[in-house]
Amino acid sequence: MTMTTMNPPQTDDLSGAGYLRIENLSKMFGVFAALKSISLEIREGEFVCFLGPSGCGKTTLLRAIAGLDIQTNGSIFQAGRDISRLPPSERDFGIVFQSYALFPNLTVSKNIAYGLESRRMPRAAIAARVMELLQLVGLPDSGEKYPSQLSGGQQQRVALARALATSPGLLLLDEPLSALDARVRVHLRHEIKHLQRRLGITTIMVTHDQEEALTMADRIVVMNHGVIEQVGTATEIYRDPASAFVADFIGTMNFLPGVVTRPGRVAFGGVELDCAGGVNGFAAGTPVTIAVRPEDVSIRNIDGSKSNSFAAQILEMEFLGSFYRGTLIAAGTPADAAGETLTADFSINAVRDLGLADGMSLSIAFPPDCIRVFERQ
Amino acid sequence: MTQATIDATIARGAAQGVARRGGRGVKPKLGRDDWIMRSAMVLIAAFLVVALVLPLYTMLSKSVQDKAGEFIGLTNYAQYFGTPALFASIYNSLFVAVISTVVTISLAFFYAYALTRSCMPGRSLFRGIALIPILAPSLLPGISLVYLFGNQGMLKELLFGHSIYGPIGIVMASVFFTFPHALMILVTALSISDARLYEAATALRASRMRIFFTVTLPAAKYGLISAAFVVFTLVITDFGVPKVIGGQYDVLATDIYKQVIGQQNFEMGAVVSVVLLIPAVIAFIVDRIIQRRQVAQLSARAVPLEPKPSRRFDATMLAFCAVVGFLIVGILGVAMFASLITYWPYDLSLSFRNYRFDLMDGGGWESYWNSIEMASWAALIGTAVIFCGAYFVEKGRGFAAGRVLFQLLAILPLAVPGLVLGLAYIFFFNKPTNPFNFLYGTMAILVISTIVHFYTVSHLTAVTALKQMDPEFEAVSASLKAPFYKTFWRVTVPVCMPAILDISIYLFVNAMTTVSAVVFLYSADTTLASVAVLNMDDAGDIAPAAAMAMMIVYTSAAVRLVHALATRGLARRTQAWRRR
Ligand SMILES: Nc1ncnc2c1ncn2[C@@H]1O[C@H](COP(=O)(O)OP(=O)(O)O)[C@@H](O)[C@H]1O
Ligand SMILES: [Mg+2]
Repeated sequence: MTMTTMNPPQTDDLSGAGYLRIENLSKMFGVFAALKSISLEIREGEFVCFLGPSGCGKTTLLRAIAGLDIQTNGSIFQAGRDISRLPPSERDFGIVFQSYALFPNLTVSKNIAYGLESRRMPRAAIAARVMELLQLVGLPDSGEKYPSQLSGGQQQRVALARALATSPGLLLLDEPLSALDARVRVHLRHEIKHLQRRLGITTIMVTHDQEEALTMADRIVVMNHGVIEQVGTATEIYRDPASAFVADFIGTMNFLPGVVTRPGRVAFGGVELDCAGGVNGFAAGTPVTIAVRPEDVSIRNIDGSKSNSFAAQILEMEFLGSFYRGTLIAAGTPADAAGETLTADFSINAVRDLGLADGMSLSIAFPPDCIRVFERQ
Repeated sequence: MTQATIDATIARGAAQGVARRGGRGVKPKLGRDDWIMRSAMVLIAAFLVVALVLPLYTMLSKSVQDKAGEFIGLTNYAQYFGTPALFASIYNSLFVAVISTVVTISLAFFYAYALTRSCMPGRSLFRGIALIPILAPSLLPGISLVYLFGNQGMLKELLFGHSIYGPIGIVMASVFFTFPHALMILVTALSISDARLYEAATALRASRMRIFFTVTLPAAKYGLISAAFVVFTLVITDFGVPKVIGGQYDVLATDIYKQVIGQQNFEMGAVVSVVLLIPAVIAFIVDRIIQRRQVAQLSARAVPLEPKPSRRFDATMLAFCAVVGFLIVGILGVAMFASLITYWPYDLSLSFRNYRFDLMDGGGWESYWNSIEMASWAALIGTAVIFCGAYFVEKGRGFAAGRVLFQLLAILPLAVPGLVLGLAYIFFFNKPTNPFNFLYGTMAILVISTIVHFYTVSHLTAVTALKQMDPEFEAVSASLKAPFYKTFWRVTVPVCMPAILDISIYLFVNAMTTVSAVVFLYSADTTLASVAVLNMDDAGDIAPAAAMAMMIVYTSAAVRLVHALATRGLARRTQAWRRR
């Protein structure tokens, strides 16, 4: 396959501006496949998060993009240039590690100026650029300090400034917030996101924290066991998970046993549910898993005639501050099928208005457009 | 279907695509940094091959050749084992090595126990005293023992008619010079013990004795074994002690010297060297295995043990340390006085007569200055080469096979006794056909042999320091397009400066005190102080030998002192970033 800058490939029909393109990338560590044929396209100026459980290959993919651990197979193109074989020094990126890797014996200013010095910039220009970056990350007075004299959050910002100093085309962040305590982390999330918007720099961030990914990313790449499970915006992967893994990993999800009855309908217990999103192509009679989010279970204004509704009993309710999470069991479920409970979230209002309490029976419904159907494991 | 699912579908399709095309591995392009680092590493590896592997190989092949260089199989070995006089040395060597090891380890263990587990006063003073022997050549205790227990010795009667020349003297002197080596290992082993184990044992009402045998000893087990092997190897490969005080008691090390220097029987020298190499290599391998185990034993959550005062225990320990410390200082003191007494035992007035080395054989003051020059070069060049080698092997990208091989080369010198290395150098560099033949008889070959002889410990020190640095420094600097040597110079070297100074001082002091490798390699122009001690002692000029040995001690001590001050000054100025 030959691809050059002049000749964008035909698969590039999604946006036309794939800044970073990864094709069939795989990485072996001995016989262990850490990445299995990953293909991905990232648009210019986009903020993309690699999200997945620990050990799924996020860092490996990021390091391959940086050229730090070159892939076993596959290609990477950046701005139309084939960078697959290049060492990191010949690629165009800035990187921030979880440890920040700030040079401990250099002051903050010297750290930020480090990359600028290699480009033979005049001294005054370097000083001005360093000042500009210090302002940008909100540390205008810390230039003469050593990294060990700064807090974790401040060190993180210095690392970011150093990575941005040379205005790279691509910013890579490997779990940049995970070493910080919760409050600083939430604050820095917004700062990084604003900074990225302002500079318009294409950014890839690795994280295992779904909240981080959901709040920061333009698009999220959900990974598991070295493959991409789904690529999409926060709402897409939350509302429309492509696999049971994604459904389970992002947010909370009820997984209930069901059987396809006919196109667009599945049986759950004694009721036949209408699925607006279809049944994922399964034939009638196939046992499947029905997925419904707890917050989608509706309890208000349900009478027996409403579709997708059935009777259930509240086994127990757990107070979670702004809402209640109830554990329910569908009426008529045999007592020994304890695995078939489901959870539903009730607003404080609903609990007050309907007088919900442990042991109470009520009618609940799964709205048709909130039901997903997956293969039964 | 949404955009997301389309994306994923396309991705899956593409994945099947590659499976069809079949995998063709990506061959990473090497950057300029990679080329420079690999070339430099190969260069240092080549140095180790030329200065270690090839000489050893030449020596091994010499042991299966006759004088004319013809291959004769194991004939030399048969002759060796057929000569009881030679064969007996194996037993002698093992005998003194085992006894010395048992004595040294027992003393060092309780000394280390006192330093780490008691609240006796003066612990840092005792620690300092115990390290004195490192500053002296191993010949020094031998000379002191001659003054104490020799034919005209001050305390001769204490031996009840036994002669100090022989196993008794060898063991006593060996204990002196190996003591600090064992102590350092055991202090480390005892300081990493976990206080929580002791608290648990005390809570279970175990007696002090029982705690010692059930908690302390098992925890220090690896340290004890490791220290024992180190001492054993030092004694069995040491040449200075048996040379000075061994008398008619032949050991392997003196046999090599006698065969080569006395009888010019190089082939037999090679055979004895191989025999000496065997226990050294075994000890080396066992020690390597144990070191690996000990690392796993360390728990990150261990709580350091704070000793609690106990009158009787502290007093006992203090008494013990005082006795050992007195013996160490005493042996040094005897050498010092011996060097200042005008003519033992007839003229006991003090003078510097014995320091007029120019009046004796052995090279005179010239050899002292040669030693200083040699030690300085070894420290300077050795530190640079060894640290860079460790850096390339630790921080280079890819080239895994080459790096494993380099590690092996760097560890190997530890297994090679100095005498064996020196003899191997004769065989290798003295060959007129060898392109490196010009080195023979120069200062350079002394420097090279010293660097190689003490390579491993220095290398491991450097690797330890480098491992403590963030592994991503190199990645960051590559992303910033800074060449690796800029980061090496501006970050790695300053951060590792304490370790670098440690390496240089280690090389300097060892270069000053070593005899074993260089005794075969010095020439009339490059006599060395340590060799002068040996030669003057051989010629019966024992007092000047003591004087020269003391010059070495004074120099090593002065350099150590300067090093300590420099380290402190450096810490204040350039390591400001370490403070918060
Ligand atoms: N240098 C390596 N050698 C062998 N296995 C590795 C190496 N680096 C990573 N792996 C393995 O590859 C998998 C993915 O690792 P990584 O990309 O670091 O995961 P994460 O998603 O947590 O960042 C893990 O199972 C890890 O054990
Ligand atoms: Mg990771």
